[in-house]
Amino acid sequence: MGVKVRIPTPLQKLTNGKAEVECSAKNIAELVDALEKDYPGIKERLSEGGKVRRFINIYVNDEDIRFVNKEETVLKDGDNISIVPAIAGGRLKNEVERLGT
Amino acid sequence: MEFTEDQILRYSRHILLPEVGGEGQERLLNAKVVLVGAGGLGSPVGYYLAAAGVGTIGVIDNDRVEISNLQRQIAHNSSRIGVLKADSAKETYETLNHDVNVVTHKERLTSANIKNIIKDYDIVVDGSDNFPTRYLVNDACVMLKKTLISAAVFRFEGQLMSIYPGDGPCYRCLFEIPPPPGMVPSCQEAGILGAVTGVIGTLQATEVIKAILGIGEPLKGKLLLWNALDMSFRTVKVPKNRECPVCGEHPTIKELIDYEHFCSMSH
Ligand SMILES: [Zn+2]
Repeated sequence: MGVKVRIPTPLQKLTNGKAEVECSAKNIAELVDALEKDYPGIKERLSEGGKVRRFINIYVNDEDIRFVNKEETVLKDGDNISIVPAIAGGRLKNEVERLGT
Repeated sequence: MEFTEDQILRYSRHILLPEVGGEGQERLLNAKVVLVGAGGLGSPVGYYLAAAGVGTIGVIDNDRVEISNLQRQIAHNSSRIGVLKADSAKETYETLNHDVNVVTHKERLTSANIKNIIKDYDIVVDGSDNFPTRYLVNDACVMLKKTLISAAVFRFEGQLMSIYPGDGPCYRCLFEIPPPPGMVPSCQEAGILGAVTGVIGTLQATEVIKAILGIGEPLKGKLLLWNALDMSFRTVKVPKNRECPVCGEHPTIKELIDYEHFCSMSH
């Protein structure tokens, strides 16, 4: 038992291409640590100093954890977790170049 | 308003719908909608709005058509390579429907010009392909209280949300700040299945038409997530964030932030 976690496309490189993974955790902070154990590098992408990054949202079922109990939001068996980053479409090549200048 | 015989035929499948009828069709013909970008999303949005008889369609785009656009940007075609996308889209949409007047805005959106460009439209459609524009459009729409139908796509995924400033959350309520440059996926990851832009753009056009007609439930306070690979549609709740920097109780963003400024801030 545990929870199911939907991994967004940009992070699937870290989960060997898997779009959904299973995890066991009591709250979001534990979940991030559990994911890091299985998929090293994911914690840094998701969070900074123990806080979920501000351009990434985590949902427990359809509730945004920022409006529940943030990283302390409690999980129960069978919950569906979604990690949803801001996305902005196609022009990433120029975007990266321009942002670099 | 008197419909011509041609209009009665052209819009008959709309007029037959009790939710639209002659009155709704008249509303569509009088509506003014502006598209931010005539690319993967803007193309199908404009196409369906033109077919629906949305009377005034603004197109904001200062790029030219490239061959690599044609895999998804269906407002353009092989004979238009090198043509400004705004001009190409105007020709496509006005050829489809002479009732439509396409107004081209062949400039890059900045904090200096955005308010002036969008102020005369009822609804703004964001199909932009970069974060600075996305946040600029959101903030300007909040400040001018313009309905904003916002969508984005990435590889096999799409996101869609309808923003009614003053009555529900904005894009910054959802994602407070854009990712810093280092967190943006590299160009090699930035592929997109062409049809994905068609699905999300068509959903976006549907939200625009619903907003004009005032029918159904808008995607307000909700984010629609679609994944092409498993064909899953999901919605999650987007509460209004009281601490939102632009529409919250104590906004800290009172002036538009523009592209260059945005960059220097993120350093
Ligand atoms: Zn807001």
